[in-house]
Amino acid sequence: MEIIRPEVFTPQESDIAEGKLINSFIANCTSQYSDPDKWLDEEIHRNILLTTVDTAVAWARQRSIFPLIFGTACCAFEMIAASGPRFDLSRFGMDIIRFSPRQADVMMITGTITWKMATAARMIYDQMPEPKWVIAVGACAISGGTFRESYSVVPGVNRIMPVDVYVPGCPPRPEAMIYGINRLHAKIVKGTIDNPNLSLK
Amino acid sequence: MTVALNGEDTGKKIAEAIPGSVVSGDKNSLIVESKSLLQVAEYLKNTPGMEFDYLTVVTAVDFMEYFEVVYRLVSMKNNQSLMLKTRVFDRVNPTIPSVTGLWRAAYYQEREIFDLFGIKFEGHPYLKRLLLWEGFEGYPLRRDYL
Repeated sequence: MEIIRPEVFTPQESDIAEGKLINSFIANCTSQYSDPDKWLDEEIHRNILLTTVDTAVAWARQRSIFPLIFGTACCAFEMIAASGPRFDLSRFGMDIIRFSPRQADVMMITGTITWKMATAARMIYDQMPEPKWVIAVGACAISGGTFRESYSVVPGVNRIMPVDVYVPGCPPRPEAMIYGINRLHAKIVKGTIDNPNLSLK
Repeated sequence: MTVALNGEDTGKKIAEAIPGSVVSGDKNSLIVESKSLLQVAEYLKNTPGMEFDYLTVVTAVDFMEYFEVVYRLVSMKNNQSLMLKTRVFDRVNPTIPSVTGLWRAAYYQEREIFDLFGIKFEGHPYLKRLLLWEGFEGYPLRRDYL
């Protein structure tokens, strides 16, 4: 069907062009589409998929991780870039960013954690429901970075909570963050219902 | 453009009004005695021709022999600025008067200086730690901290 584009945009002429478009649309829509059940391949109806419960649950977990953002420094902007349209965290089912720990699965610590903030970070980690994972993004979250010797900075978030994936960089690019999320996926697939946090080997 | 006042000329005017308050003054800054800081601040705020109604920053520097507390004042009305400094020589229990009553902007910055340098501001309405937690030992921005 050819779409008629009006070349002149006076109201009268665009109304006439719209009328032509509608009339040609009506002329083309004479027959009905048949029910999809009739023209889909019959083999699809006969399929039965066999799998284990562990695999099915791990598959579901892996593809709908809700991240809890904990952006305390400049690495947070790389995470914001990663969730934007260019790098697109939605591809990994992570587009629903939660601000409540009770609805989140993975905590992304992006930035320096001071000892005064550490109590809040640990409280939020404790409020997350099991199974839960933690990604430490950037040099400061991994080891304290340049502020390691400081009087107020936690030298690595693994002092206050278990960390599953470390993403190095200062700050890491969004590609590095996506690679870290891929490694987390690989870890989740290894887990079972009873023990979702099996280590990656 | 805001005109920076010459500390030497301003110091002479202040020395006439409040004798014994000025330590020294040069092109950039004016150093006053910590005892008469509040008097000088009131003079700078209320005298016609000065009228410093806006305090942009309060900060402190540790020179080991003494602490220097720096006030940067701006007059919106006369379009001029002044760097006012005062020195505290006591390292164990440094105390200077608070200017929060004159300029409300000093409230949080004096609390921050109290937290990180241990300088007490007499007359501050709520002198409490701002950044560090209760029970933290030492004053991290002093040069002999580590």
